Amino acid sequence: MHVNFSDDELAFRKEVRHFFETEFPQDVLDKQVRAISLSREDVVRWHKAMYTKGWAAPNWPQELGGPGWSSVQKYIFADEQARVDAPLFLPFGVSMVGPMIYSYGSEDQKQRFLPDILEFNTWWCQGYSEPGAGSDLASLTTRADLNGDHYVVNGTKTWTTLGQYADWIFCLVRTNTDVARRQEGISFLLIDMNQTGVTVKPIVLLDGEHEVNEVHFDNVEVPVDNLVGEEGKGWTYGKVLLQHERTGIAGVAGSRYRLLRLKTQAAQSVKGAVPLAKDRNFMRKIAAAEVELKALEYTELRTLASVASGRAPGPESSILKIAGTELQQNIDSLRIEAAAYYALPYVRDQYVEDFSDDERVGAGTETFAALTYFNDRKVTIFGGSNEIQKNIIAKHVLGL
Amino acid sequence: MDFSLNEVQEMLADSIEKFIANDYDFESRQKYSGSDIGYSNNVWQTFAELGWTSVPFSEEDGGFGGGPVDMMVVMERLGRGLVVEPYLANIVLSGGVLKRAANAAQKAEWLAPMISGELQASLAFVEPQARYDINNVTTTATLDGDRWTLTGSKGYVQNAGNADLLIIPARTSGSQLDAGGITLFGLAADAAGVSIRDYASIDGQRAAEIDLENVSVSADTIIGEIDQGFDVLQATLSEATLAVCAEAVGIMSILTEKTIEYSKSRVQFGVPISSFQALQHRMVEMYTASEQSRSLLMWAAMLAEEGGAGTEQAIHSIKYQIGIAGKRVGEEAVQIHGGMGVTWELDVAHYFKRLTAINLMLGNADWHLDRLATSA
Repeated sequence: MHVNFSDDELAFRKEVRHFFETEFPQDVLDKQVRAISLSREDVVRWHKAMYTKGWAAPNWPQELGGPGWSSVQKYIFADEQARVDAPLFLPFGVSMVGPMIYSYGSEDQKQRFLPDILEFNTWWCQGYSEPGAGSDLASLTTRADLNGDHYVVNGTKTWTTLGQYADWIFCLVRTNTDVARRQEGISFLLIDMNQTGVTVKPIVLLDGEHEVNEVHFDNVEVPVDNLVGEEGKGWTYGKVLLQHERTGIAGVAGSRYRLLRLKTQAAQSVKGAVPLAKDRNFMRKIAAAEVELKALEYTELRTLASVASGRAPGPESSILKIAGTELQQNIDSLRIEAAAYYALPYVRDQYVEDFSDDERVGAGTETFAALTYFNDRKVTIFGGSNEIQKNIIAKHVLGL
Repeated sequence: MDFSLNEVQEMLADSIEKFIANDYDFESRQKYSGSDIGYSNNVWQTFAELGWTSVPFSEEDGGFGGGPVDMMVVMERLGRGLVVEPYLANIVLSGGVLKRAANAAQKAEWLAPMISGELQASLAFVEPQARYDINNVTTTATLDGDRWTLTGSKGYVQNAGNADLLIIPARTSGSQLDAGGITLFGLAADAAGVSIRDYASIDGQRAAEIDLENVSVSADTIIGEIDQGFDVLQATLSEATLAVCAEAVGIMSILTEKTIEYSKSRVQFGVPISSFQALQHRMVEMYTASEQSRSLLMWAAMLAEEGGAGTEQAIHSIKYQIGIAGKRVGEEAVQIHGGMGVTWELDVAHYFKRLTAINLMLGNADWHLDRLATSA
């Protein structure tokens, strides 16, 4: 038993660090540190920088453009990415629809879609949830009725993250209503957003941000060529893919550096303030969060080590989403405690590119802490709420 | 990075698991626990024959040359078996002091028979007023000619009722809370002036209160250097802390497994209670607490194995975690077992009591969290 990285792994870390310090768009990192939202153009540009480096799709097979990283290399990459507060890959193309297409799609679909996903020429969004189908996803009602060489799609998808920027949406739709189990009769369809009948309506979240949308389909025509795999198998495909993404979902690397930054901030004394690090109560909460973090790190490493030695991820991997998101929220909560009064000003317009940091209300980004705290309530809800995760563990891991 | 056990560790694990499966069922454990000495000397002899008593000692000392990971392997399995034999008190705590500080003659006299199963020892590191602060020592040792005279009280001394050898930290200089000025003495349990009040503890093990009244010992009973006992104690207690954390992880795993099994067989309202979501989520939380604890334990054991910086922090972290998670897992196991969970008859309650005892010894969760908070 040991936890040392090999020489090759250490060299890889150096390479990744060098990349983020030089080739990665530095203005994007600067915005991240100053809590300034990235524009659509920023997001496209930094993804293209990853593509140029050959690192656009860490999980893809090498022959399709993946970098061929081991699980330990992926771990190191995520750690370095978080260290400089670099943004995370938008998952919809590279982590979600991409693997779906290369696993189940036709040759034609692979050639049509995969290169543009890799190069970030197309922006994808996800059409799973519906107003009446959240945790109970199988109750979805968006219909796709076959009519000659195309489907006619009607219905509403919701919580569509960054759908306002997207070119394409991948959807789970109902192609057959006459089925014994609701999980049957669901198909996986790729839909061009730029056509008549597709309407995107913003949903403003509790932090005041337009991050998600409702997407309406009104007699939208979709060529049958855009059906991925077999009709009626969409649910099965979706479940298989979920297992691809077990590690990394916990956001461990991000939590590690956010907690570290919070500790640094707590040790500082601005304008003669008594440093928060002198507050035993607060520091006990920090220490407890650090223990949670370390447990999570090693649960993730156990999973990686097991994958690296050719075994399937052990059952311990299933707790990562729950523990990881709970920790994120815990750290968010500590950050607003640290900001105290300066968590309260709601001055969203000072977090724009040309606003001088000196003119900001509050020091640094402390008035952003509450927005993150509010926004991150979503993490225990999305991707299958944590209660659903517990149902899954109860059934598939504990055999209950 | 490698989280797997090596071949020797696998064999060690196997041999302990086999012994527990074949020769140490709960009924036997209860019988040993309730006996006069509170454990089975036959079982102890088996431990020695199979070499388990030699694990943490170097080859020069006649041991197996094991490190923290080997110790983790042993303790986790003893935890699963709910073993009452005094491995912690004798081998880890007392042996820990001897291997670190005893001279060659003392090792020959005490450590060799300890490894061969012939000697029982106790380390009296607790005083009634001290809570978890091992520097808080009022027992005094004063030099009188060429002999030392020890006077004072020690509390909750594990295994003292069965001990041949008592290791007594006594103040030889400085004031009550000083870390310096503590000296370790090894004395025969039947020395004149020593009185031992033996009792059972809540976890079915044994401990004692010790009074020392003008106990006269020779200078060659001093283990290590005069006034320098604190570091030896601290290093030994760190090792012991990691050991009980491994024991606790073993207990948490088996309690989670037993609770899951029970919930599948217990029928109420016409269905197994495992079908109730309220209980399923609680068992998922038990499982999570147990696995997260195991992850932290591996981290701490591997750091300790390498002697890396931050080992102390890691041990504070894991003991804090065990305190919080162990309490939760133990209480939930009892709750989900319902009425059966609160009976003496079922092993679940006894595992729970051992977890509770582990939380309360060697610094509780709060005490360790406080060390983390103030050193951060």
